[in-house]
Parts: sequence; C-alpha cells; structure tokens
Amino acid sequence: MITLNVNNKNYEVDVDPNMPLLWAIRDVIGLTGTKYGCGVAQCGACTVHLDSEAVRSCVTRVSRAEGQKITTIEGLSENNDHPLQIAWNELSVPQCGYCHSGQLMSAAVLLRENPNPTDEDIDDAMAGNICRCGTYLRIRKAIHLAANMQKNGNTKG
Amino acid sequence: MIQGLKNKTTSRRNFLRSAGLTSTALFLGMYLPAGAKTSKVVNLGDDVDEDGIEMNPWVIIDTNGRVTLVSHRAEMGQGVYQSIPQIIAEELEVNLKDVHIKFAQGNGKKYGSQITGGSSTIRGSYKNLLKLSATARVMLIQAAANKWKVPLTECYAEAGNVFHKPSGKKYNYGELVTDASKLHVPDNVKLKERSEYKLIGKPLLRKDAALKTNGTAGFGLDKRVPGMLFACVERNPRLRGKVKSFDDSDARAIPGVKDVFKVTMKVFNTDREGVAVVATSTWAALQGRKALKVFWDDSGFEHINSTDIYQRHEDILKNKDGLVFKEQGDVNSIFSQASDKLDVIYQTPYESHAAMEPLNCVAYYQNDKIEIWGPIQAPDWVQDFISKEFNLPAEKVIVNMTFLGGGFGRKAFLDYPHEATLISKQIGVPVQVVWTREDDIMQGPFRPGMSYRCEGVVNNGKIDAFRMKLAGQNMDNFQSDDRSKPNESSSEGFLKPYFDSIKNISIQDVPFETPVPVMWWRSVYASTNGFAYESFMDELALAAGADPIEFRKQHLNNDRLHKQLDKLIEVSGWKNRKKNEGYGMAITECFESPVAQVVKVSKNPDGGIKVDHVWAVMDCGWYVNPDIIKAQVEGSIIMALGAATIHEITFKDGLPEQHNFYDYHMPRITDIPPIDVFVMDNDADAGGVGEPGLPAFSPALTNAIFDLTGKRIRKLPFSLAEI
Repeated sequence: MITLNVNNKNYEVDVDPNMPLLWAIRDVIGLTGTKYGCGVAQCGACTVHLDSEAVRSCVTRVSRAEGQKITTIEGLSENNDHPLQIAWNELSVPQCGYCHSGQLMSAAVLLRENPNPTDEDIDDAMAGNICRCGTYLRIRKAIHLAANMQKNGNTKG
Repeated sequence: MIQGLKNKTTSRRNFLRSAGLTSTALFLGMYLPAGAKTSKVVNLGDDVDEDGIEMNPWVIIDTNGRVTLVSHRAEMGQGVYQSIPQIIAEELEVNLKDVHIKFAQGNGKKYGSQITGGSSTIRGSYKNLLKLSATARVMLIQAAANKWKVPLTECYAEAGNVFHKPSGKKYNYGELVTDASKLHVPDNVKLKERSEYKLIGKPLLRKDAALKTNGTAGFGLDKRVPGMLFACVERNPRLRGKVKSFDDSDARAIPGVKDVFKVTMKVFNTDREGVAVVATSTWAALQGRKALKVFWDDSGFEHINSTDIYQRHEDILKNKDGLVFKEQGDVNSIFSQASDKLDVIYQTPYESHAAMEPLNCVAYYQNDKIEIWGPIQAPDWVQDFISKEFNLPAEKVIVNMTFLGGGFGRKAFLDYPHEATLISKQIGVPVQVVWTREDDIMQGPFRPGMSYRCEGVVNNGKIDAFRMKLAGQNMDNFQSDDRSKPNESSSEGFLKPYFDSIKNISIQDVPFETPVPVMWWRSVYASTNGFAYESFMDELALAAGADPIEFRKQHLNNDRLHKQLDKLIEVSGWKNRKKNEGYGMAITECFESPVAQVVKVSKNPDGGIKVDHVWAVMDCGWYVNPDIIKAQVEGSIIMALGAATIHEITFKDGLPEQHNFYDYHMPRITDIPPIDVFVMDNDADAGGVGEPGLPAFSPALTNAIFDLTGKRIRKLPFSLAEI
C-alpha cells in the first residue's frame, strides 16, 4: 500500500510503485480532471503539482509522489475561483477543453513565481503545453488578466 | 421518419427523470412529414404518442420553467454547447442560464443526420431551432391569455414569464406548460427580425468554460462504468497485415492483466488485426501490451514509401488524363497556341488528426443489448454499424456522446467503437479501450497527401485558360468499389464564382491508390486544394502584372465577395504596404463560408522567416456568436500553420515514420503570430464556422514569402527557419 495525498486528502492505493502518477490518479483514485495526452511528457495535459511544483504526471512514478502534497485541477481552488480559472472563463479560453487542466496547472505555478509575467515569460512557461484547438492567444491574454486580478486583490479583471 | 413506440408515456417519463425534469412538461420537436418540404413543429404530448410519431423531443420546458434542449450533435470544441442555447433563449424569451443541454443518443430516425462534420451544426439546424423556440413561446403566451381570458395581443413574453401588459399580471413559464401542452401547435409563427435580437449576434461567454476549467467536463476517456476493465491493443503497424501468431506468456504475468486475445476491427472495407490486452487499469494494460510478442504476416499488400507516392503522383500528372470533374471552353487549343504557359506542381502532406484526447471508447456488450460511450462525432452511424455487425435491432444499440477532446474528422469514424464492442463481447464486462498517442498518430486514417498540376495562361490581365489536375487518394474509394467517378471534392475550397469568369477551365482527378487508409481532416479537401488553387492564383496574378486582391476581384463577379475583400484591404492595411514587404493573401470557400486572409512575414534577424501578423475576414452569413467564430478561425489558422510548416506523416516500408509529439510536432504558444479576425455582417443564410478558417492560411503565407523573398514554395510542409 502506498499513501498518496491528493488535494489534501489521503488515499491508500495498492499499485505497482512504478505506475505513473497519472494512472493512479485517474484509474485508481478516480479523479479524471488530469488528462492523458502523450505519455512521454511532451504535451503537458497531465500536469499536476507535486509540493507546489508543476510535474508531468505521466512520467512521474507513484513512488516519487509518496509523502508529498499532490494538487490536481480538482484542487486548484474551492469554487472554480482561482484568478486563472476566472480569467479562463471571462475570455472563453477553452474550445474542446481537454488540455486546459494541464494549461491551468502550468500557469498557476508561473503566476505564483512571477506575478507580473511578460509575453515572453508566459511563452517560456507554457511552451510545454500543447493545445490542438489553438487557444494559445487567449491563454496568453488570460494569464495577463489573472495577473492583474491577483495584483489588484480582487477577483474581477 | 414515423415509427411506433410501444410505451411512449413511460418512455417520456423516464426521459424526463433522466434529464432531471418534472413529470409534466411541454415537449416540442420537429419532424419532416413524408413528402413535405419543410419540417413541422409537433407537440410531443400524449395525443401525438397516439398518432404514432416517434418521440423526438428537441426542446422541453417543465413545470419548474427549466428548459432542456436535446442536442443531436456533439460538442468537440466548436461551441454548440453555447451557441444552441443562445438561439433557443432568443426566440423562447428565457434567460440563457435557464437553458440546459442534454446530448442525444445516436438515433438517425429521430434526429436525422447527427454527424458533427462539414461545419454543419448551426447552418443545418438554426432555422428549425428558431422556429421551434418561437412556437413554444407563442403557445405559452396563448396559454396565459386563455387563463386570463384576455386578447393574445395584450400579452408578451420576457425572461421566462408571460406578462399581461394592461394589468401587469404575470405567469412564469413553469405555471403555463401544462395548459400550453394541450394547445394546438400553431403553424408559421413569426420569427424575430435580426434587429430585434437580444442574444443572437452577441459575443456571449461559453457556458462550457466552467466545466472545462475545474476538471468536471466528462470526456470519453473519463467515462467510468461499474465493473469496467481497461484495454490496449497492439495493432498491425503496417495497417493491413495479419496476426500470424502471438506469445502472451509474459503479458499474462503482469499484475492486473486479465486476458489477451486477437481482435479484428473493420476499417472501412478492410480488416485491421491486433491483439488486445485487457486489465484492471490502463497502466496494467499498457505494461501487458509491452510484454506481448506479436508476429505479423505482412504479405499481400504494398509497403509504401512517401517518396514513391509523390514520384507516382508526378508521373501520372504528366502522363495521364484524369477523370473529368469540370470542363468548359477549350483549354487545349489555348494551351497549344500560347507562347507563355505556367505549368507547375503543388504538393501537400499526409497528416494525422492528433486531437488532444486520443481515441478511446467504452463498450458494454450484454447479449441482447450493447451500450457505448465515447467521444463520437457520428452516434447515428455508430448505431447503424454496430447494429449490423452484431446483428441486433438499432434500438438495442445505445450510443452516448461524451464531450470530445477534439475530433477534426477522425472521431466520425466507426473503427474504435467497433473494436471496443468486440473486446467487451469477448471479455463479458464493460471495457474502455484506450489508444495511446502513438496509436492515435500512427494508425490513421490520415488526411491524404495530394499533388496538383496547375497550368494556366493569362491574356490582357485575365485568366484565359486554367487546368487543374489532382492526384491523391480519394477518401470515397474506401467506401465504394466504383472507380468511374472523379473525386467529387476536386474543387472544394475554390470559389464557385471563378467558374463564371474563367471561360476555359478544366479540372481532372487522376486516380491514385495506396493501401493507406484516408479520412476527412478539418476542412477536408479544401485544406489541401486551397493551397494549390490559391497559390496558383497568385502566380497567375503575377504573370498578369496585377495586384493579387484586385486580380481576385476581377475574376469574382460577386458583390458579397467584393465587400469581403474590401474589408480585408481595409483591416490589413493592404494599400499602404510597400513593394516586396512580405504581404500575401488568399481567399477560399469551405462549407458555404468564404474566408479571406492576409499574412505579413519578415526576415528573422537570425535567419529564416517570421510570421508577423494574420488578418482574417470570415463571411458565414447569419451567425450566433462572433466570439466563438473568432476562436474557431484563430484555431483553424493555428492548425493550418502546423500542417504548413511543422508536421507531416511520412511512410517508409509501409510504416508511418512519426510516433508521438516528439517527432510529430505541434504548434506551440511560442509559434503563434498575432491574429485578427473580422466577421462580415449580412443577411445571407448561415454558413459553416468550425472549418472554413483553415484553407486560406497556407497559400496566404507562402504568397507572402514569395512577396518578400521571390521564393515560391510549392510543397508543404516547409520550415520557416530554413528559408
């Protein structure tokens, strides 16, 4: 048995310690917000936070996540009200929506570390996340909007 | 269209319960009476059940005033989840937040075609939706007027209520549905004028964004059914080979692996063989698959190479006549007399769809019934196909659409639900078949690689003769044995009014086949034709010494297109550009919507070319939500940028050479130029939105590169860094 702490809740999972965290979260724990996109850390759809750092859960073994705080999209905020989630909604960023759990989890780390990102900072931080629908221009805009909300201490842009 | 249903009342009650509605409701649907030209709005209450019209509820209002729309089309990113409620709320006079969507199950008899393809969801249904909603509103107003015993003209509807103007009395819709459901359905209800719209035409925010930002949107891969197992399949890597034998001893030793067996799914009219590993988690199935040894028999079909494909295209384009798609005037006599003739070949690559959600499907075979859940673009086709393959009546095949994590044409295909059903039948429990990214990229069906021989003569600034010959796989050939007809999409993407002004024109399709399965890819043949036709138009404009936009206008005798091109001139600053500053343009049509684009490029200080800006003008006629249209055009341009400059599928010895995103690269945030999208306002019928933004981009880009550098690019993809 391995204990995984996901979104501040402990789960006892009986899995191969080499199983990627992605499949433990999705198939064993049953939180399906984290997405499978490529399995080789190329697309970012599976991004989660491990002790507040963004990792690709498709290549992160369960054994490495043990004893750390894992945050998935379901735990990014209580009521879908993280500044990034609000900004994503205000700019209608998602199209098919499949990649956006990962986009948001990558952007959340960027915004925490760099509260005033430039376009270039955003491009650097988000280059690991693919969006096949091509919502990139809105992602960039939404990160700026969320940065402004965060700065002004309010939840509206 | 009309078919009896044994117990409609029970069936309706169950439906209401499953949709979270009260047991009494106003049900309105549309049906096309036999022999009629226009659809009729019908009340799907008890009387209608007796008349034997199959329940076909599209709009339902219950006694709580909750409005439910049954969407017969899928949401795959194109925005139907927002745009259809916006239409309903407008004519029904309810608040947008009170309109809820429920995705229909597959049933072509009830809903007509359900294929979410051809950019057809809005253009194919908006007139019915307007009529249905307006009819419901009129019936609710009539019900209120009857209750108050006042003239209808003194009543009006607003925000889910009916008001009596003189007295200020009101009823909410929930209080009226019981009475309204007993009324005769009025014919020919007057629809609102465009100027009266409060919601339609407004850039309202997408309702599905909330679900897609907190992990609650349910995609196919997120579907869970009690007792479900997971499966992965090792399929023939050359797509056509057979399983000679396999050794599953190591695979069966992997903890969690339950069973291993051969599975043969249909890919059009061919069989695709593979070995399925069924396990308790996706990971165990993947591990089992890795431990599996499969020996293939790859005899009996050609192991194709990409270089051979394009060489053969060139050979047949030079040496063979094609099947005639269009022939007018006398191209040959002009070509034989002309002193200067352009004669060039354009080429485009094979492509995978690579939707972010890889293919997957949950199936549960239960002897007398099959239920399927998945990211499915055509649930009615899946129902028909599965019902035939498994010899069950259609009503015993239940096909549920989840949200689609992208589709782009690939998820309109029947192979993956078929394979999932076969596996569930074998193992006897519900099973989710997961395609890996490698499976998704390498197994096709692919967009076909195409070659185009373009010949033309200009005279006095106008096109005197124009011949286009296509060589490439015809997507229809996999579904038909008839080889006598040319590709019916031979001119898809090319504006129809050109045919009126170019007197001598010939379009031919030179038949070409390989064992590689091919399938629609966003904007279908326009995605490749557009590059050849509109690049060649640029070459002809140059030969005529004309401005590229003016040259198009001279050959397009059509006011609507002139207005669109004038808008493009205005927004892109076309007239202020300097000679050879790097501006290119193109205009294409796809699914009834012409789109014109200007691309501006410059030289990168470090070498290569940089795309500085894209301006796009979309004319989709009547429209619902300009923000969704802009998003679709932005996304289409980015998808076109990838196919023009970043990725392609190539074959060597019959094997696709790309595997995953490390060698089938996608455009990333770092590759994206600023894009400005403009939507024309006019009263034309609605055209498509999800795909038409794509085809004009690649020719506008390469035309811009020619303007800047003098280098004409005739083969896609090419590297921007290497120019």
